[in-house]
Amino acid sequence: METYFHSVTLDENKCMGCTNCIKRCPTEAIRVRKGKARIINERCIDCGECIRVCPYHAKKAITDPFDSIYSYKYKIAIPAPSIYGQFKPSFSRNQILNTLKAIGFDYVYEVAKAAEVVSFATREIIKKDGFKKPLISSACPAVVRLIQVRFPNLIDNILKLESPMEVAAKLVKSEVVNKGYALPDEIGVFFITPCAAKATSVKAPYEKERSNVDGVISMKDIYIKMLNALDRPEETDILDKAGYEGIRWAGPGGESTALETDKFLAVDGIHNVITILEEIESDRLEDIDFVEALACTGGCLGGPLTVVNPYVARKRLRKHVIEAKEKSMPKTFQEKYDSDLVWTSDIKYRPVMKLDEDIIKAMKKLETLERINKELPGLDCGACGAPSCRALAEDIVRGIANETDCIFKLREKVRELAIQMAELEAKMPPVLDREKGKR
Amino acid sequence: MDINSIRLHYEIPGDDFTIAGEASSNVKKMLNQLGIAPDIVKKTSIAMYEAEINAVIHAGGGEANIEITGEKITIVIKDNGPGIPDVELAMQEGYSTASDYVRELGFGAGMGLPNIKRYSDKLDIQTEVGKGTVVTIVVNIN
Repeated sequence: METYFHSVTLDENKCMGCTNCIKRCPTEAIRVRKGKARIINERCIDCGECIRVCPYHAKKAITDPFDSIYSYKYKIAIPAPSIYGQFKPSFSRNQILNTLKAIGFDYVYEVAKAAEVVSFATREIIKKDGFKKPLISSACPAVVRLIQVRFPNLIDNILKLESPMEVAAKLVKSEVVNKGYALPDEIGVFFITPCAAKATSVKAPYEKERSNVDGVISMKDIYIKMLNALDRPEETDILDKAGYEGIRWAGPGGESTALETDKFLAVDGIHNVITILEEIESDRLEDIDFVEALACTGGCLGGPLTVVNPYVARKRLRKHVIEAKEKSMPKTFQEKYDSDLVWTSDIKYRPVMKLDEDIIKAMKKLETLERINKELPGLDCGACGAPSCRALAEDIVRGIANETDCIFKLREKVRELAIQMAELEAKMPPVLDREKGKR
Repeated sequence: MDINSIRLHYEIPGDDFTIAGEASSNVKKMLNQLGIAPDIVKKTSIAMYEAEINAVIHAGGGEANIEITGEKITIVIKDNGPGIPDVELAMQEGYSTASDYVRELGFGAGMGLPNIKRYSDKLDIQTEVGKGTVVTIVVNIN
C-alpha cells in the first residue's frame, strides 16, 4: 500500500468537529468521526482550503521549524515571490531580502529569478508548437495533484517542467559551490513557502526522485522574526536580482503574462480551477495555448501560510514590479541554464472515486448508492460527518458509515419505534384487561 | 431487473443554459465511480453533453435515459421538438440553425452532431419533423 505524505494535518485538540472543512474540501477528503475531522489521505491534494476555512485553526501545515536551518553549516534562503507582498511598501525588495540574512541565513536567492528561467523554457515550448493544447501550468502542486485524482484526461496537458523553487535550489547550490563559499554537503537550501502544497512537493515530489530543497519554512513562522529585523537599515548586499517577470509570478496571471502570447487563461481559487478543468476536459475551451491554474484565490499571495490579505499583498507587489521595470532591469535570464528542466518521473492517475475494482460489483454499489441517496433528506447538512447526502450514501456503500448516521433518518426510526411502543402500551393482556373498580 | 446494468433517467429542462449539461456531468461522476477508463468517460460525457445541449437549444428540453452495462453505455436523448428536416445536412461540420442569441453564448457552432458522431461508437438518429427527435448514442467500454 502506497503511503501518502501530507503537509496538511489536523490538530486534534483544537478541532471541534464542525462542518466547515468537510463542506469546502474540493475532493471530499474530510469526514468527521468521533467529533474530530479526519483527512482521507489518498484524496487530499494539500490545497490548504481547510486551513483557511477552519474557524478554530485546527488545520495546520507541517513545515520545518526555523531552527532546522542550524543543522547546516551554510544556510540558504530561497523565498517565494509572494514574500514581497507581505511587507509595507516603504520597504524595498532589497531590504526584505537582506532581512533574511539578518535573521540567520548566509545566502539568499530569489525564486522569482528562477521563475524567469521557467518562463523562458515555457516560451520555447509554446513557440515550437507540437504540444497538447492547452498546456496547464504545473506551478501550483495542488492543481497538479487535483488533476491526478480528478482529471486523468488532462495529465498529458501538464507542463512538465521543474518548478521555479526546484530550479532556484539547483542554481543557487552550484552558484555557492562555484564561488567557493561552501562545499555541497555543507549547504542547506530552505524554501520560504506561502503554502502547504509546496511543503508536500518537497517532502514527496512527483516530478522526480528527490527534491533539491532541503527544508521548507512557512512564511507565517518567520514573519515576526523578519518584521523585527526589518528596521535595522543595513543593506549589505545587492540581493534583488530578479526582473519583473519573475516577481509577477506571485499573483494570478503573472506566469501567463511572461509568455508573450494572448492565448492564455488564468484562473485562481480551487473551486474556480475545477470548473475550468471541467471545460478543458470536455474540449470546450477554444483557442487557448496555456492555462495558469492556482489553487488559492489571489494566487500564491493568497496562500494559507501568508500573513497579509491577498488583495492588499497584490497591491504591494505591484510596487515592486513597477520598480523592477523602472530600474529597467534586463531580463535576468542571461546566464545559460544547461540542466534539463523536464521532469524525470511522471504522475499517474489515482482513481480515488472508484467504488470497486470489479466493474459489476461497482455497478451494484452505485445502484445501492443511488437508492440510499434518494431516501436521504437532501439537505446536505453535514451533521453525519460527510459533506453531502450523496457523499454519505457513498460512504455507506463503501462500508464506512451507516444510514442512521443521518440525524433525520435516526429521528424517523425513533419515531417509528415510539409509535410501535405506544401501540404496544395500549394493548393489555386479556387476563389483566378488567374494568376499573371491579376486583 | 437485470442487476448487471444501471439505468438512469434525467429530465432535460428547456432553454436554461445555466443548468444545461447537468445530466451529463452527473453521468460522468458515476462513470468515474465505476472505475471506467478515463478516455471512455471523456467520450461518453462529451457526446452526451452535446446531445443534451441540442435538446435544450432546439427542442425546449426533453429527457435522457442511460443504460450502463459491463460492455457498453447507451444514452438515449428524446425530445418533442421540431425534428431535423435533413439529417445528412445537420451532420455536416459548421452547419447550424441556432439563433444569434444561442451563438453569442458560445453554442450553435454546428459542431454538436459531428462531435457526437466523433465521440460515439454508434449513433442513431430517429427524427420526424414537427414531432421530435430521438438520439441514441452507444459508447463501448474497453
